[in-house]
Amino acid sequence: MSSLPGIVAINTFREAVRDRVLYNLIFFALIMIGAAIIVGQISIGIERQVIVNLGLSAISIIGLIMAIFIGVGLVYKEIEKRTLYSLLSKPLPRWEFLTGKYVGLLITLTVNTFFMTLGLAAALFYVGRPFVRSDVSILVAIYFILLELALVTAFALFFSCFSSPMLSTLFTLGIYVAGVFAPDIRNLGDLTHNSAIQSGARAIYYVLPNFHNFNSIALAAHGDAIPLALLWQNTLYALLYVVLLLLASSAVFSRRNLK
Amino acid sequence: MSTAAIEIVGLTKDYPVGFWRKRMRRSLDSLNLQVEEGEIFGFLGPNGAGKTTTLKLLMRLIFPTAGTARILGRSIGDTRMHRDIGYLPEQPYFYDHLTARELLDYYTRFSGYPAAERRDRIARMLERVGLSSAADVQLRKFSKGMLQRVGIAQAIVHDPKVVFLDEPMSGLDPIGRREVRDIILDLKQQGRTVFFSTHILSDAEMLCDRVAVLHLGQLRGVGAPGEIVSIEVHGVEILFESREGRPLPLDLIQRATRTGQRYRIEVPEAELYPTLGQLRDCDARILSVSTVRPTLEDYFFRLVDRPKEAHAAVEVNVP
Repeated sequence: MSSLPGIVAINTFREAVRDRVLYNLIFFALIMIGAAIIVGQISIGIERQVIVNLGLSAISIIGLIMAIFIGVGLVYKEIEKRTLYSLLSKPLPRWEFLTGKYVGLLITLTVNTFFMTLGLAAALFYVGRPFVRSDVSILVAIYFILLELALVTAFALFFSCFSSPMLSTLFTLGIYVAGVFAPDIRNLGDLTHNSAIQSGARAIYYVLPNFHNFNSIALAAHGDAIPLALLWQNTLYALLYVVLLLLASSAVFSRRNLK
Repeated sequence: MSTAAIEIVGLTKDYPVGFWRKRMRRSLDSLNLQVEEGEIFGFLGPNGAGKTTTLKLLMRLIFPTAGTARILGRSIGDTRMHRDIGYLPEQPYFYDHLTARELLDYYTRFSGYPAAERRDRIARMLERVGLSSAADVQLRKFSKGMLQRVGIAQAIVHDPKVVFLDEPMSGLDPIGRREVRDIILDLKQQGRTVFFSTHILSDAEMLCDRVAVLHLGQLRGVGAPGEIVSIEVHGVEILFESREGRPLPLDLIQRATRTGQRYRIEVPEAELYPTLGQLRDCDARILSVSTVRPTLEDYFFRLVDRPKEAHAAVEVNVP
């Protein structure tokens, strides 16, 4: 990875590792160990369901916390500590710097998710459940969590290009929560039988990122297959949204006066 | 004829101030400046004069309200041009999770050097700034002076043609300051252009081919330190002491400053010989006679004390 964003990405990942960001894995490991021991004793026949549910939820929540809290500081920290001053005096365009920071955090989240997936597999192994073909849906659910994290990180990065970490956190959290309930907003509009409200609700539904579609934890927990079409749809949707957000971030950041 | 390394034309920067950010405060006012290739150019001015603003504008860390600038004949908006420049920010701070060697490696990667060349360059540079023994220590354990040395190293490790240094002596002890002066002189010998801001006037006087004085965002004067300080002779300083049993004239004692047994008196050039005659008559021992010329510091204070409207009148040599 010798492109300019690649150089920045590697440094961002190295910073996360040295700042002990991956220590959260210990917390995840404790959850999985505790769950495996307790579930093994109190659940009969549904150990897999409980462990998968708990494991995937923990992977998602820990990932979200990391994506938001590290994401909002990606640019802000560099400006605040003035590390960006010497960096931008190098032949590095601002948009490539932003892309590098984004990719760096994405690598961190992917590595983190990989180790948590291993933890989940170990917990399933502990409760004595053999791996079966339908477990592929667990991997697909984890892939969707990664797509969701990629989108959340892009939002956090976008907001951090023009606002403080606290506001960026609030904005990103707000977008995430609204995005999770996006289909409910549309359904709420449909219930009113008022065409203006229905149009407004649909507009909001289409503008908000649809995080609801990335959640397939329940399907994976029950061992149900996840449709292939959803895999493509979610991948393209996330990719498009991330590209748009990175373009918007670059447009804002390229004009920003540093303190 | 040498070409301009830096050309600044009408560079202006306004900052919004106040709660509603509707009022504007001018930080830099129509700066026109040209720095030739191979020059060491000093950028002087008190705090808040606009020195750092100018450097940030040249680095595109902030954007001008009006005006343009070119470095090595290319627009400052052209990031490819940044291969040929180096920049030390004021009070630099770097990624503290990295060691000095890792930081320099990170930065030189942007210049596209292969790994082996990077390794050699970095080792040489760390040696040059006196950080070889701390090369593999994380920067979070570095003192302010050590960070300043790392900052200088990262500004020149990729062999830039033009080097911008914002207060390069800041935070350094006398040995460090001398080393930085040597580095700046070495860069000049290699044909590099050095543009540095400072408030340490003796450094500027010692190093610079030309200096510019900035005050309240306005350029107050540009010229060679030699030209500036040799314009006029202020007077003559005589250092003397009395011999035992031979009292000194009362009027001289009253005008002189006494340190131990020695007296120092500053007289106008026209009064030199009459004063020496008085001292000869009382058999005083003359220790030294030297002319008093204005220093760059005097020039600096004269410029910054003048009202804004009068600044054009004191320019010595505007290129």
